[in-house]
Amino acid sequence: MPQQADKVLDHSQLFQEPDYREMLDNKRVRFECGHPDTMVQEIADWTKSWDYREKNLAREALTVNPAKACQPLGAVFAAAGYAGTLSFVHGSQGCVSYYRSHLSRHFKEPASAVSSSMTEDAAVFGGLNNLVDGLANAHALYQPEMIAVSTTCMAEVIGDDLTSFIQQAKSKGSVPEDFAVPYAHTPAFVGSHVDGYDNMQRGILEHFWAGAERVPDERLNIVPGFDGYAVANNRELKRLLGLMGIEATILSDVSDVYDTPSDGTFRMFAGGTTQDEVMAALNAKATLSLQHYCSRKTLEYCTSVGQETASLHYPLGIGGTDELLMTLQDLTGRPIPESLRLERGRLVDALADSQAYLHGKTYAIYGDPDFVYAMARFVMETGGEPRHLLATNGSKAWAKKLQALLDASPFGKDAQVWAGKDLWALRSILATEPVHLLIGNSHGKYLEQDLGVPLIRLTFPIFDRHHHHRFPTLGYQGGLQVLVRILDTIFDQLDRKAQADPLAAVSFDLTR
Amino acid sequence: MTALRQIAFYGKGGIGKSTTSQNTLAALVELDQRILIVGCDPKADSTRLILNAKAQDTVLHMAAEMGSVEDLEVEDVLRTGYKGIRCVESGGPEPGVGCAGRGVITAINFLEENGAYDDVDYVSYDVLGDVVCGGFAMPIRENKAQEIYIVMSGEMMALYAANNISKGILKYATSGSVRLGGLICNERQTDREIDLSEALAAKLGTKLIHFVPRDNVVQRAELRRMTVLQYAPDSQQADEYRALATKIHENSGKGVIPTPISMDELEEMLLEFGLMQSEEDRLKAIAEAEAKVAA
Repeated sequence: MPQQADKVLDHSQLFQEPDYREMLDNKRVRFECGHPDTMVQEIADWTKSWDYREKNLAREALTVNPAKACQPLGAVFAAAGYAGTLSFVHGSQGCVSYYRSHLSRHFKEPASAVSSSMTEDAAVFGGLNNLVDGLANAHALYQPEMIAVSTTCMAEVIGDDLTSFIQQAKSKGSVPEDFAVPYAHTPAFVGSHVDGYDNMQRGILEHFWAGAERVPDERLNIVPGFDGYAVANNRELKRLLGLMGIEATILSDVSDVYDTPSDGTFRMFAGGTTQDEVMAALNAKATLSLQHYCSRKTLEYCTSVGQETASLHYPLGIGGTDELLMTLQDLTGRPIPESLRLERGRLVDALADSQAYLHGKTYAIYGDPDFVYAMARFVMETGGEPRHLLATNGSKAWAKKLQALLDASPFGKDAQVWAGKDLWALRSILATEPVHLLIGNSHGKYLEQDLGVPLIRLTFPIFDRHHHHRFPTLGYQGGLQVLVRILDTIFDQLDRKAQADPLAAVSFDLTR
Repeated sequence: MTALRQIAFYGKGGIGKSTTSQNTLAALVELDQRILIVGCDPKADSTRLILNAKAQDTVLHMAAEMGSVEDLEVEDVLRTGYKGIRCVESGGPEPGVGCAGRGVITAINFLEENGAYDDVDYVSYDVLGDVVCGGFAMPIRENKAQEIYIVMSGEMMALYAANNISKGILKYATSGSVRLGGLICNERQTDREIDLSEALAAKLGTKLIHFVPRDNVVQRAELRRMTVLQYAPDSQQADEYRALATKIHENSGKGVIPTPISMDELEEMLLEFGLMQSEEDRLKAIAEAEAKVAA
């Protein structure tokens, strides 16, 4: 056997050993009975043609590799940002495993959530009993301070009513009457994780704010939105707020939740926005959302209680950060300090230093609507040209807004906006209209493999690279991080090309 | 502007829910009420008398055509009919496929989120059949209909359905604000119909809010896709609907938490009214019949 207990091989090596090679070849020939290699190649080449692209883009009845997740994932993420909060997903178990593993694989941290384990009988008779027992068990086993309930498809299709169920569970003693059980209906077949995030945020605010009297003060609330970089970004945000001397409450702060230290203590709950903070947040002067498409319903509710509201599209890069700081200044009257002006200047300087390598680079960018907007804006600030901008969960309104941004810059004139399209569509688009660089998440690695376009991982989920989320993308500092990631990819690419071809070896430069 | 009032009509299939509700709402509009009708029946025939045509553009049909509900605008599905009554049909799947209940949830959420409930005094839901799934219970869930009106008649299955719907209301009434507004008897000319309806109302802890007599003018109007209020505004029947509309209008906040009864109690009640044979009477009758055959 090639695998030895005293020298364990990783599968990338192991499967190259002769025994495995032979076994895999054998399997291919004797059992897979695939088409001949030439034919596979022929079809693979055809799928990169304009002919196939037209068919692919006209596709209606099938989605392949959508760049979005479902509502409850966003709800679980939003709930995780509140202190001592356990997510309880009313529905079947498999769904909840998916949210947990998705978050764990990205943050490399445990992600806790429980389900009401609905099975066939619950589908027929309704999931009330599951919710009643589930709340009691979750409360007794994990002693959370709050349980946030969201729903999966199954509970939504049969029309389980959380309002009534939770009240009944309380009256049956599952949890004490005064125990916080905010909830949100999050049908997975409607919208995406950004809507689930929004619904849960609103559900939590409604739970704590409904019926309470608002005594306006000068504080500010900030809704960060669904963000894979939230750990570092929320910390960066707090630093910026500190520099401006602004007192603000981050509504759902996962920065400590998904970044617990290894010191011998397992922390099922760590950090997060406390219930006292949420209650006090009702009195805030204004609520600012960093991601418009993650907070439409939440802000609507904030407006209805009498708060001012404002929303941004993921404040990344120079224009994005300028907008954040100026909005903060407008809302609070606090001036932007000199130190931030210097940070801005440093980012501008860095961009100028690398201009020769950045200018004219073309990009495809995909991800959530706010991220794509922000990234396209930053790319144009670097002198790059966004060519393909895709958000599977982007609406027509988003496409219009993004188009306006592109129209305002000469760097955006060749850009095409793809709302609602999936990554298989993006494959055809990139095969026919190639770009220099692809910005997205780990799922883009197959496009990189297939088309040779270098991938820069800058948005959720990032499963195959570690710890990126520990460095910010937000603010001028975040802009520097993003810039370095882009530049590293460009330089690596130059070196790789120089190494690949002896004639190009002259360009394997020490200094760039 | 007064607070939005939301009501819903439930009842056994074929009992005349849609006919009764549309006629009543056409009368309610005479009391200067701005009304929105939300048809919660995949057949989409809850608004045809008001629109004088069958609504083709249901919420779900349009959503399916456009790819998703998110792409839909309220104007695409909202139609205005008789005296400015606004109408929407949720629509839903063909018989035998899909989930009509989910369709109701989707449609109502869409209407609420997109401001269809702004600038109206009344929202009226017309809901198919008994409350058998969470979707059809949508209008009686929290923050939806405040009062439910059950359309019934003196037939046993209609009474049975009325009792069943009360069970559904009870389930949500204990944790929410939904109440039973009353029973509306749509006359079928069964034996002792009015007494029986009143007796059931009493058992359910509510009242028979109105007894709508049978009149062929309803049928004639319906064939012309009209309410009686539009087809024969001066008829006796039109006044009946006016009376019912006034009663419903004045019934605001007077709904009750129903006290549904068991199947046994229901059958006992029918026995009392001599509409059903007791087991002994039944055996006696069989014996008599057999004796007759033997002789």
